[in-house]
Amino acid sequence: MKALKSLGTQIYAMRYQLKIEVSLKPGHSDPEGETTARLLNELGYKVETVNVSKVYSIFLEAESRKEAEMKAEEMCKRLLANPTKDNYSFVIEEEK
Amino acid sequence: MKREDIKVCVLRVGGTNCDAETKRSFEELSVQAEIVHVNELVKRRSLMEYNALVFPGGFSYGDYVRAGAIWAKWILAKLGKELKAFVEENRPILGICNGFQVLVEAGLLPGFEEISPYPEAALATNFPPGYNCRWVYIKHENKEKCIFTHKIPKGKVLRMPVAHSEGRFIFAKEKEKQCLERLYENDQLVFRYCDKNGEYAEGEFPANPNGSFHDIVGICNPEGTIFGLMPHPERCFYWWQQPDWTRRERMPQYGDGKLIFERLVSYLEKKG
Repeated sequence: MKALKSLGTQIYAMRYQLKIEVSLKPGHSDPEGETTARLLNELGYKVETVNVSKVYSIFLEAESRKEAEMKAEEMCKRLLANPTKDNYSFVIEEEK
Repeated sequence: MKREDIKVCVLRVGGTNCDAETKRSFEELSVQAEIVHVNELVKRRSLMEYNALVFPGGFSYGDYVRAGAIWAKWILAKLGKELKAFVEENRPILGICNGFQVLVEAGLLPGFEEISPYPEAALATNFPPGYNCRWVYIKHENKEKCIFTHKIPKGKVLRMPVAHSEGRFIFAKEKEKQCLERLYENDQLVFRYCDKNGEYAEGEFPANPNGSFHDIVGICNPEGTIFGLMPHPERCFYWWQQPDWTRRERMPQYGDGKLIFERLVSYLEKKG
């Protein structure tokens, strides 16, 4: 925990880990997943579908869990996901 | 404006390519073209010195996050105001391949309601999957809006090379029909993939090399001054860049890519 001075009030910033997962929206074709599924079947696994997603593990400081959530939401909208084709979800963990 | 006074900025960052070919194409048309690293442009705040801006092809920032995403957000963060002024003055912007991906990620294309804060379309992973490097035929669809193809007859078939892994143009599924209608209404559709006879590819590989929705190759903004396309016009500017030049006795001096540069220069000459 790190103490910050702001206008005479002491604010404590916590360290959080954001695990942000960006995946394709249902209905959008996933050529990478389809190719992977095909090969896994060739290797002898009876695989029905493979969906590929990306996970970003981000460490940051925030004053509260709510602020960390807001930042995660903003990051997804501004950079990590393209709303045309991507869904996103995140898990926030406080660093002990 | 005199042709010799026209100044074009060809942007560069780590991972871009064909900036030299793009510069040479403009110079062949007696226009000044400068390859400028984006950090230099930010440092000098000099975007407004140029009459047109080109985002070339390549794999900017290693295509991390999504192709074109990092460059797009970086430009908006560092040069957002200048870029907005540039667009508002109807100064032309061309995005080739990765440059097209940048324009879409930056919300400049399709730009239904000016610059969109979030992307309104995407250039998704190719279908069939993988990097595709081949010559394709594209059919001109624009009536008169796009300044980069103005006076090229509607229906004319051009031949250009593509080289990309993420060129499948899509809209959000739930808005697909509505967005396509808007493209037609606003005369924003510029090229569609076709075969050599001009028959639309109808999504079939290899005429449509990436599975692009409605065989879309390239689009412009509602004003017609911002244009992005997946093929590389700078790679088919001269006759000796054509794939069959050794097999033909006579070739026209220039390839189809020259038309795009020529139309842009002609617009700038008249714009003054």
